[in-house]
Amino acid sequence: MKFMLALCLSLLTLTSQAVVNGHLYPFDNELDKDRFNILAEDLRCPKCQNQNLADSYAPVAGDMRDKVYELMIEGQSDDEIVTYLVDRYGDFVRYNPAVQKNTFFLWFAPGVMVLIALIIIISITRGGKKSKPLSEEEKAKLAQLQAARREKQDS
Amino acid sequence: MNRILLFIPLIIFIVMAIFLGGGIGREDKDVLPSPLIGKPFPQFILQQVEADKQLTQSDLQGKPMLVNVWATWCPTCKAEHQFLNTLAAEGVRIIGINYKDDDDEAKVWLRDFGNPYEFNISDPKGKLGLELGVYGAPETFFVDGDGIIRAKHVGDLNQRVWQKYKGIFDQMKTHVEPVKQDGEENKGEKQ
Repeated sequence: MKFMLALCLSLLTLTSQAVVNGHLYPFDNELDKDRFNILAEDLRCPKCQNQNLADSYAPVAGDMRDKVYELMIEGQSDDEIVTYLVDRYGDFVRYNPAVQKNTFFLWFAPGVMVLIALIIIISITRGGKKSKPLSEEEKAKLAQLQAARREKQDS
Repeated sequence: MNRILLFIPLIIFIVMAIFLGGGIGREDKDVLPSPLIGKPFPQFILQQVEADKQLTQSDLQGKPMLVNVWATWCPTCKAEHQFLNTLAAEGVRIIGINYKDDDDEAKVWLRDFGNPYEFNISDPKGKLGLELGVYGAPETFFVDGDGIIRAKHVGDLNQRVWQKYKGIFDQMKTHVEPVKQDGEENKGEKQ
């Protein structure tokens, strides 16, 4: 039993391999294995739409995973691999969209909204603290009220 | 004045709700825009299904055509096949890509249901399909005489769909240009 366990453990350390949906993708180092896993999670399956390449059982997702693996083994960078798939399937396959003309709203709207919110909060709170000096009319009314109160206390 | 400022969040909310709510129903989940439109048909070297002949992208030139991605395992392909036969009878040039399929089964299918294709490209591993961004058969590419992809339809072709694309296809017919890039054309002939 102990021997088996040791054997299993030592086998595990022999190579790095990514396991996706029961398919093995062997790599000779941990770094590439992690890269592959991240790519498979960041790329979207065009057939089943709300799953990434790692989750999806659609045949086309399997083909795309195999292609990602093939391109990685060829030595292509992450960007090159993503570009390869975007050139064929469109921006849709990116779960992490690029910053470009039609994604400006997506990327920058949250920041702009926080900014607007801050401006509103600041203008409201500062506006509340400002108190204008009393006008002549108001001063007269205040004096009148104070006099009336004093009279009441006296009586 | 400050009272009015208090309504800004509500106004922003209403504007966003209208803007985003408008997009909810509009998205057609089954049809993704293809980045290949306006680009030349991808390069390939594959066997023909019906004959022992090698085909390349240069076989997809001359008369404008439909390039139809199909397979015997695909039920919707069966559904559109009769319509393809009709189109072919009307003189529309159709090229087939037999996608992730078995050549022998494809030949039986063509014998049994009719063959609307000028020829069929055998793509058993789906490599050409990947180059074309195919994610579900049937898909049909509209390729002009210069081998440029002008449109793509995902799903079956039928009379209703054809009406939508007929304009594009007829325009492609008149689009066949005289030799424009001499260098490239010569290179093509030498090969």
